[in-house]
Amino acid sequence: MQNLDSIIQSARAAFAAVSDPNALEQVKAHYLGKSGQITALLKDLGKLAAEEKRIAGAAINQAKAAVEAALTARREDMRQAALAARLAEEALDVTLPGRGESRGGLHPVTRTLERIEHLFASIGFSVADGPEIETDFYNFTALNTPEEHPARSMHDTFYLLDAAGKVAENVLLRTHTSPIQARYMQAHVERHKHLDTLPEIRIIAPGRVYRVDSDATHSPMFHQVEGLWVGVDVSFADLKGVIADFLKRFFETDDLQVRFRPSFFPFTEPSAEIDVAFMGGALKGRWLEIAGCGMVHPNVLQHAGIDPEKYTGFAFGFGPDRLTMLRYGVNDLRLFFEGDLRFLRQFV
Amino acid sequence: MKFSESWLRTFVNPDLSSDALAHLLTMAGLEVEELEPVAPDFTQVVVARVEGVVKHPDADRLNVCKVDVGDGTLRQIVCGAPNVAAGQKVPCALPGAVLPGNFKIKTAKVRGIESAGMLCSAKELGIAEDASGLLVLPEDAPVGKSIREYLDLDDHLYTLKLTPNRADCLSLIGIAREVAALTGTPAVYPPTPAVPATDASHRQVLLDAPEACPRYCGRVIRGVNAKASTPEWMRRRLERSGLRSVSALVDVTNYVLLELGQPLHAFDNARLTGDIHARLATSGEKLTLLNGQEITLADDILVIADDAKALAMAGVMGGEESAISLETRDVFLESAFFAPKAIAGRARRYNFSSDAAHRYERGVDWGNCAHALERATALVLEICGGQAGAVTETVARLPEPKPVRLRLARLQKVLGVGFAAEQVAIFLKRLALAFVREGDDFIVTPPSYRFDIEIEADLIEEVARLHGYDHIPGHAPKGRLSMLPQAENRRPLYRVRQQIADRGFQEVINFAFVPEAWEQDFAANARPIRLANPIASQLAVMRSNLFGGLIENLVVNLKRKQSRVRLFELGRCFFTQNSDADYAQPWRLAALAYGTAEPEGWGRDNRKVDFFDLKADLESLFATELAFARPDEAHPALHPGRAASIRLNGREIGCLGELHPEWVQKYDLPAAPIVFEIDLDAVTRSAIPAYAEVSKFQPAVRDLAIVVDQSIVLGDLLSGMKAHAPSQVCDIQFFDMYQGKGIPDGRKSLAFRIVMQDTQRTLLDADIDAAVVNIITYLEQNFQAQLRA
Repeated sequence: MQNLDSIIQSARAAFAAVSDPNALEQVKAHYLGKSGQITALLKDLGKLAAEEKRIAGAAINQAKAAVEAALTARREDMRQAALAARLAEEALDVTLPGRGESRGGLHPVTRTLERIEHLFASIGFSVADGPEIETDFYNFTALNTPEEHPARSMHDTFYLLDAAGKVAENVLLRTHTSPIQARYMQAHVERHKHLDTLPEIRIIAPGRVYRVDSDATHSPMFHQVEGLWVGVDVSFADLKGVIADFLKRFFETDDLQVRFRPSFFPFTEPSAEIDVAFMGGALKGRWLEIAGCGMVHPNVLQHAGIDPEKYTGFAFGFGPDRLTMLRYGVNDLRLFFEGDLRFLRQFV
Repeated sequence: MKFSESWLRTFVNPDLSSDALAHLLTMAGLEVEELEPVAPDFTQVVVARVEGVVKHPDADRLNVCKVDVGDGTLRQIVCGAPNVAAGQKVPCALPGAVLPGNFKIKTAKVRGIESAGMLCSAKELGIAEDASGLLVLPEDAPVGKSIREYLDLDDHLYTLKLTPNRADCLSLIGIAREVAALTGTPAVYPPTPAVPATDASHRQVLLDAPEACPRYCGRVIRGVNAKASTPEWMRRRLERSGLRSVSALVDVTNYVLLELGQPLHAFDNARLTGDIHARLATSGEKLTLLNGQEITLADDILVIADDAKALAMAGVMGGEESAISLETRDVFLESAFFAPKAIAGRARRYNFSSDAAHRYERGVDWGNCAHALERATALVLEICGGQAGAVTETVARLPEPKPVRLRLARLQKVLGVGFAAEQVAIFLKRLALAFVREGDDFIVTPPSYRFDIEIEADLIEEVARLHGYDHIPGHAPKGRLSMLPQAENRRPLYRVRQQIADRGFQEVINFAFVPEAWEQDFAANARPIRLANPIASQLAVMRSNLFGGLIENLVVNLKRKQSRVRLFELGRCFFTQNSDADYAQPWRLAALAYGTAEPEGWGRDNRKVDFFDLKADLESLFATELAFARPDEAHPALHPGRAASIRLNGREIGCLGELHPEWVQKYDLPAAPIVFEIDLDAVTRSAIPAYAEVSKFQPAVRDLAIVVDQSIVLGDLLSGMKAHAPSQVCDIQFFDMYQGKGIPDGRKSLAFRIVMQDTQRTLLDADIDAAVVNIITYLEQNFQAQLRA
């Protein structure tokens, strides 16, 4: 049946020649429609003898299947082409900026305080807070710094005026976060006075503190983080261990040296100043003063109602502003308090 | 405390470099703040004598000099210094010398005349700023001697940052003692043999305030030459300690102060009448001090007086009237011990400070008065001549050195180091801390200069210092493990911060002290908490709200061309309540939004941020619904029509609104920012979730549009509807507001979606209709609402 092959050939060619789905359906009618060529051949089958009919019928049906397959393939081609065209048309410039709110950020010092809190929380320190307008008692006296003690001149204290315009008695802006030590210990003793042995105190106390001082390296308001660990067997060696551990975790490097040198604070004895030196980077090899610390002075424990014979403890005070400067390479303390977005956005 | 190394090394001379010595001191608690050479490096500069000076033939300002540098020849040197003169001794840099700044000296022709070296000014040697002429040396300077050696220029200056407990190191012998203890190198101290009396003059001393002045030594020296010049060695040591040479008598007292740490005072004996009294001032008594300041004394000020009047503020500063001068012939020298308590804070009260007060406040060695007086006498006689009278020493009750017990076990426990008793004994001996042993206990009697050693902990620190803090091993501490409480109904602050930051706000930290105008403008606070000693007048009062700082931040950022500013701050605010001394200092959270509602950019309407944008930001911080209402009383910072007070569970927690137009103008803002401030406590509290049954039945939803008067506020409608709706109504949402065409003037249309549900059954149409009618009736009766057609 030479005819059938040519019909298939012609159908394929006709399908290929049209370019849109409507035209394709019209061309399809030439072959498969009511008066289409294949349909006509099938109609003519009736005229044939049975044996011939069977053979011719099979051949025609085969040809019909071939034409239908060609049609389906052509339809799929067209669908694919249409899809490709649509996709091409719908393509975006993906480099255009996204919409919606952009993220703000935390203050760099807050970032540092949070990291400090988390690091110390990992060894069981909780966070304590205290007032910024503090009493003379907690800021000094409870910390073994009685009136006229020369150590008071180490702090340039802000005092307040009362309603009559006189210097208010017994109140000041706290010069350090250490009063929180005293307050916390007192409350701790009160909470646990029914116990034979006090549970350990492990706290850090971050906060803003105030001193009459203002230049490139001093701000009249700045931050401190106080730390306190009191228990039955807490030693200076423990203090050294905790501080060295902290500094390595905070700066995320073992490439630093920590040294403790004797110093003086009225509320600790022995007392130490902590210096750190980095082995690399811009500050390589320089000893940088970073914190004060020491064993809690027996008088301070006594003031809080804790028996210094039974309990020992250490306290430390870090300057988170300075830690932040070292961590991120900030070179001017004043930037922290100027609210300049161009600076602050760097810490998002 | 500043001192010269070469002076220190006359007392103790360990085999250590300057750097090593500085490190040793720093690591022992005497922090060396600065270590600087007296002179920069230079070589081959010697003492020379100018033998002759003639004008340079070809240069007006130059001279040609003949100079003897001690090598047996006269060399020719061209010199431009205006003060060059024959007979002078001056420093001469020889050819081959390298001066500071890598300035190489060679034989060269200067304007055609050969010059074999250079005569130097102090500046050229880097030892002073004076460049006006040659550094003229004393006549007895040995020609040919290295100038470094002659002027002791290989010396170093140490500046110690001493802690207040170590006043015993405010002297050369104090530091020498410390160095001796740290290195084991023995120290020798200046001799203080008693100077025999060769004059009969003497003054009686009466201790009228024995607690304040327990020891007073005095002596008259007659016939001194107050105009004598201070020897070069003394002048140099004083200058290298930061003291200017004044006159021989003053210099001697300062010298002994530096050397032995004992403040001395020299009175002009001719101005004294009768006996010397150490007494408390009578209130109102007047005294003119050496610094010219006339003060009115209070009755807790210790004075040194004669029979007639107060002469000096004891231990602080002498008086002008009895002061020595260059005309003084007879002096009365004082060397006393005043109790720290009697001196502390007194100078500060009159707004000055003095070296003597600084030392007495911290403590002066009460065992050293007589030695210091002898030392000073010897020096006065040596330099100014004269005849010394006998020492008058009056002693009341001196401080008693209290023995302190150091227990070995306690030492080991506190430091976490297993010291041996023998090791401890060695340390104590090196520190010259006398002790007796009782088993493993050391009973230590501190010497009179170690008034800082009062309790066992002080001795523990001494042992730790001598051992070296660096040699105490750090180790991870042991503790009992127990979990920390974690209150679920308290959100940690960092969560709150992160949440608001995630909505586009940048955290700032502002000073707690602010300009008074801010308190007036943003809080109408006429009586803010004032600082007694503000650092600047614009930082004089404590803030009672956070708005001022945020607005200032906005102004600063607008100047820096930031067009969209979103800021927040967490901080304490300060105000008095009930009484003046009752300070409230709650934590607050405040935020400010300015510019477009969303970041400016393509494909947005770039609408300006408004009240409702910030309201959504605020609401996002809370799990519980907040109630907003027009404030009963207008907030001074906010636009009265665009401000809300915020309540949570019936309690007022803060405010939200647009900045008042008056402040927009005053603070020169192009448009009004939106701000809020709330109590931080409210935002950190959150309820613990509690399960409520979820209905298995379909909800029914009905939309409802009503028309009400313009003046009716949504909040009233909504809360009324919710309160009065039948129980099946589980939610009423407001979703639209319309004014304009089709709605009468002065009225507005509001649209609500009413969601109804029953947990037990599917609601019937009849139930639903009844509920809606119920709500409509309520609205009609209470708000004169009409159903919108």
